[in-house]
Amino acid sequence: MENNISFKLKVWRQQGPKEPGRFETYEMQDIPTDTSFLEMLDILNEQLIEKGEEPVHFDHDCREGICGMCSLYINGHPHGPATGATTCQLYMRRFHDGDTITVEPWRSAAFPVIKDLMVNRNAFDQIQQAGGYVSFNTGGAQDANAIPISKVAADEAMDSASCIGCGACVAACKNGSAMLFVSAKVSQFALLPQGKAEAKKRVKAMLAKMDELGFGNCTNTGACAAECPKNIKLSNISRLNREYISAKCAD
Amino acid sequence: MWLTNSSVGRKVVMSITGLFLILFLTFHALMNAVALISLEAYEQVCEFLGANWYALLGTAVLAAGFVIHIIFAFWLTWQNRKARGENRYQVSKKPATVEWASQNMLVLGIIVLCFLVLHLAQFWAKMQLPEIMGDYPMSGQDALAATFGQVWVAPVYLIGFVAIWFHITHGFWSAFQSLGTANEKWIERFKCIGWWWATIVMLLFAVEVCYFTWFFN
Repeated sequence: MENNISFKLKVWRQQGPKEPGRFETYEMQDIPTDTSFLEMLDILNEQLIEKGEEPVHFDHDCREGICGMCSLYINGHPHGPATGATTCQLYMRRFHDGDTITVEPWRSAAFPVIKDLMVNRNAFDQIQQAGGYVSFNTGGAQDANAIPISKVAADEAMDSASCIGCGACVAACKNGSAMLFVSAKVSQFALLPQGKAEAKKRVKAMLAKMDELGFGNCTNTGACAAECPKNIKLSNISRLNREYISAKCAD
Repeated sequence: MWLTNSSVGRKVVMSITGLFLILFLTFHALMNAVALISLEAYEQVCEFLGANWYALLGTAVLAAGFVIHIIFAFWLTWQNRKARGENRYQVSKKPATVEWASQNMLVLGIIVLCFLVLHLAQFWAKMQLPEIMGDYPMSGQDALAATFGQVWVAPVYLIGFVAIWFHITHGFWSAFQSLGTANEKWIERFKCIGWWWATIVMLLFAVEVCYFTWFFN
């Protein structure tokens, strides 16, 4: 059932990476609850443009929960109060008339704010470039059963590969650690025979890059997995530790 | 050295020293339990752990375990606060599955450290330390009487035990996770084992303190 709600929107506004930021409060009137959160921000921006003010900058792309571009820390949760969903999959029916909704950018030293709610997540690209791939040509598709892979390993690799690299794990972590992201990227290869050939080299390179970029140390609070829009499991972090420790011991 | 200059390595150091300290606490609780049964037998345990070479070696290793664990805790926390950045969230909510202890390990650790200093002053400084200096040590029984004869000691010790209990309920499974030995099934199992381990050991300590307080008053 659609109805309209009015609420206060507290949005972080910041002119540039070096400028000091502040919260700006906007009164939103009669927003249909079937509006998505990003559409609601679009409505706000239309209003701001009409008034001659600068619109709120925020990241978005596919708006169907697969690209990992949208972010936003809404009312104390990355990607808002819904679980297993990105901000673009969040609808205004989650909120109530008269609410105050606080919208903040991801906050982590490794993700500096570019403007308003937009942060620079290039650090994740750098970690991927350090080893998040298979560097040899695997040739054409083989017969389905030429390389036997257990159902368990195939499923886990697929689950790990569902990470969209949005950075919610870093945003949720009190230590600004990127372990859930790195562990998902390491796991998706470590579980499959094609990825095992370079497993040791990969885990060392990706983890060294992660540390170099200033992400924190994991203290196993589990906030990352609890807030992950793709439900990446905490056990991936243990696998990353295992892969790294055994690679270092083999040196 | 990867144990100090990689994030995973630093957590390995925390895990190994932490598990070592949990083992120590377990033996400590069991050795105290001797005094519940017989004070004479307890005196023999105290003598055995006096200033003999093996007891001194054990003490040195134990002290190293504590010192490394504590130094790394402050170092990791300092790095993590830096990684979090200068701006804090205005609204931040703890997801339901996140344990309170896991987010407050340093605070709990500082409480435990204060308790440890008090405890060392009350026992170690009167027993092993004088013996190392060439003096006569206080007997185990006298040290117990001197400490638990004061009524304020028991509640302070119980507060220390609660802090250690919280610290271990997270630390136990977290150590196995950091050592890479956990998976989807074993995370829950380690949590369960850790909870019971912490509860049994700390309950034993609590019973001992309550008994000594009753006995020496």
